[in-house]
Amino acid sequence: MADLTTTFAGIKSPNPFWLASAPPTDKAYNVVRAFEAGWGGVVWKTLGEEGPPVVNVNGPRYGAIWGADRRLLGLNNIELITDRDLQTNLREIKQVKRDWPDRALVVSIMVPCEEESWKAILPLVEETGADGIELNFGCPHGMSERGMGSAVGQVPEYVEMVARWCKQYTRMPVITKLTPNITDIRKPARAAFSGGSDAVSLINTINSITAVDLDSFSPEPSIDGKGTHGGYCGPAVKPIALSMVSEIARDPEMRGKLISGIGGITTWRDAAEFMALGAGTVQVCTAAMTYGFKIVQEMITGLSNYMDEKGFTSVDDLVGRAVPNVTDWQYLNLNYVTKARINQDLCISCGRCHIACEDTSHQAIFNEVDGKRMFVVNDEECVGCNLCVNVCPVEDCITMEQLAPGQLDERTGKRVAEDYANWTTHPNNPMAKVREPAE
Amino acid sequence: MAIGQFAKGVAAGRLDPEQYAENFSDLHEPFTEHEARVEADRCYFCYDAPCMNACPTQIDIPMFIRQIATENPLGSAKTIFDQNILGGMCARVCPTETLCEEACVREAAEGKPVQIGRLQRYATDVAISQDVQFYERAPRSGKRVAVVGAGPAGLACAHRLAMHGHDVTVFDAREKPGGLNEYGIAAYKSVDGFAQAEVDYLVEIGGIAIENGKALGREIALSGLVADYDAVFLGMGLGGVNDLHAEGEDAAVNAVDFIAELRQASDLSALPVGRRVVVIGGGMTAIDAAVQSKLLGAEDVTICYRRGKENMNASVFEQDLAAANGVTIRHWLAPKRVLTEDGKVTGIELEYTMLDNARLTGTGEVLILPADQVFKAIGQTFASSALNGSGPVIALENGRIKVDAEGRTSLDRVWAGGDCVAGGEDLTVSAVAMGRDAADSINRALGA
Repeated sequence: MADLTTTFAGIKSPNPFWLASAPPTDKAYNVVRAFEAGWGGVVWKTLGEEGPPVVNVNGPRYGAIWGADRRLLGLNNIELITDRDLQTNLREIKQVKRDWPDRALVVSIMVPCEEESWKAILPLVEETGADGIELNFGCPHGMSERGMGSAVGQVPEYVEMVARWCKQYTRMPVITKLTPNITDIRKPARAAFSGGSDAVSLINTINSITAVDLDSFSPEPSIDGKGTHGGYCGPAVKPIALSMVSEIARDPEMRGKLISGIGGITTWRDAAEFMALGAGTVQVCTAAMTYGFKIVQEMITGLSNYMDEKGFTSVDDLVGRAVPNVTDWQYLNLNYVTKARINQDLCISCGRCHIACEDTSHQAIFNEVDGKRMFVVNDEECVGCNLCVNVCPVEDCITMEQLAPGQLDERTGKRVAEDYANWTTHPNNPMAKVREPAE
Repeated sequence: MAIGQFAKGVAAGRLDPEQYAENFSDLHEPFTEHEARVEADRCYFCYDAPCMNACPTQIDIPMFIRQIATENPLGSAKTIFDQNILGGMCARVCPTETLCEEACVREAAEGKPVQIGRLQRYATDVAISQDVQFYERAPRSGKRVAVVGAGPAGLACAHRLAMHGHDVTVFDAREKPGGLNEYGIAAYKSVDGFAQAEVDYLVEIGGIAIENGKALGREIALSGLVADYDAVFLGMGLGGVNDLHAEGEDAAVNAVDFIAELRQASDLSALPVGRRVVVIGGGMTAIDAAVQSKLLGAEDVTICYRRGKENMNASVFEQDLAAANGVTIRHWLAPKRVLTEDGKVTGIELEYTMLDNARLTGTGEVLILPADQVFKAIGQTFASSALNGSGPVIALENGRIKVDAEGRTSLDRVWAGGDCVAGGEDLTVSAVAMGRDAADSINRALGA
């Protein structure tokens, strides 16, 4: 079995699966259950400064969207940081860390954007023996209206400033959690590292309204007929998160910096994908909130078996492995030509590939052969777009096959060129320059 | 007090009252809203969907299922009714396993088709239970059309004619409208008087008068109808029953009569059934009679069919239903003689059969099965005497009325559809399609 132990910014954990700062990590009871279930670490739900506890709404905090069979695809929330007393949380953190020394216990913190506030709370957290802190610069609702959370994360200068305070006032590793509600994720990420952050974690949740009640005309989740945007997470946000993680991972200024990947991770595969794009650990919330803590066992065994299969002996063999393959559109090989192929033995004849292509794309799938219902690709029209693959309900029934160099592309009437050629050198590109290799 | 399944002879009251109620409750419980949503989610919304093409009425199945999935059951019901105004009954009685559900791509993919029939029932039940009417009559045309037979074909025809603005009179020989929906279906397939409720729902469109107790060749004549109406649609079904050509067969009971009696019975405990029952036949009627005999408390029920399992008209689902209810199905047995003693059935003598150069012949080996009751269910025939005795001769084909693709008979201004025409499938849903299409043909003719 592959070694899943992880050391991330000096923080050790038996596996890279951490629970993200969220309701599942709000108190000892939950966290202990998570550790019993096998989670490698947790980021304790965000602590605020000492004083009257935070107040939450007393109605629905979550909204959702679903796929077929009411599978939860996306969840949003309007819950705030912990509404429990600071001292209670600190006491529990200390106890849990003492009882579970091999697990990572990171504490999420959000206090006002003033040096004194950070200076005050950091020693209290450090005293618990926690392994590190995560700066919550991401929360997009409620706290942001009070100048915290994403209101900080959206201003790189603030990110850098607060990270610097933290590094100044504590010896603990600092992870800066980033908000995706920003145009260019690299800006706050660079700022976090400039301020001395040991790592960044992303993505926090995305501004969202999940639904509108068509009787009351209130956004969901509805509080007495009104709604507000909440933070969106779950499987639906995974592609956004993967992209943002990759942007940081491949940024020359941040090469090799530590990333904790967050965003819709539900299975070991999702986790492995984040890791391949540069995440040294991953953080999970929605999947646990949907199915309970047991899912971590699927993640552990799945990742381990995959690594064995690949001959990876440690997670370091996987982390970042896909980063060199993330490039800009202009460097994509235009001489890579594919055609869809439909496996007739697997085809169940639903016809969705045909109608998708016929109505909305390139009219490249016949629906009849010799007067009989059958779905076959017309190479003369197929641009290899992959839509048919994506809409087919049967996995691997339709595949994209590469035309080998020298083969005739019936659509263009040209033979596939052997060499790599991209937009930068394409004759149609008015900005074309001499050929250069991919980044 | 129940006398039990071992009471000798043909006897009523074999079971406790609760047992009758349980035995004859809905074969498939209706879907709850949740079940319907879960099942609707399984539909792939296929292009040019195979299920739709397998439906004789061409209901847009992917669309009605999508409408269920999006919490629009009334929209769903209208999608169904647009093609099949008897979609509620078809949802209950269609052999979906050989029609839409057999064609479902999830049958190909995983051997588990979307339960289209039950979804269709869900949607149509919503509309009918709320009495939501989707159609208005076109302005009155002043044309009058006579429909003979208030079964699936006649009702579908009448409704579509009414939509077109014509005035329709439906004549039916029986006391109640509905035809086989009312009289010919196993009780557990249409509970709570659904056949009547469906007729009531359908005629609400207006312009349809139903006259019961009027049979062709008895109270009415085709010549009279042709003279009195602008057009005539014949949908009277099959009036005759095939003979066994076995000695003493007068002692056997017509399965269709037994099924009708059972459907109309207000007290099932008053309905006698044999301790040992033999049903001769291999179609749906045989299954219905056999299963219901068992459910009435018969100890031993055997279906004897003269050919092999693969030749049976009853679907595999129906055969399994019979087996699950404890009915024995025996093949390659042809009836020779119904045995009686003092006028009472004591058994049946059968001869084993085989195929000899594709011809069915007896092997000479004989089997006697003891029986208190023998049902014959080897098919029904079209009783043409009533038709041709009451008017000009109408062309027949294979003993049934000959029609063209639009349902036109050889007689001017006379259309026909349903089981009484040649070349049909003897299915409720096919009858509906023929009635509907004949109505459109009639409408075109009347407008010309």
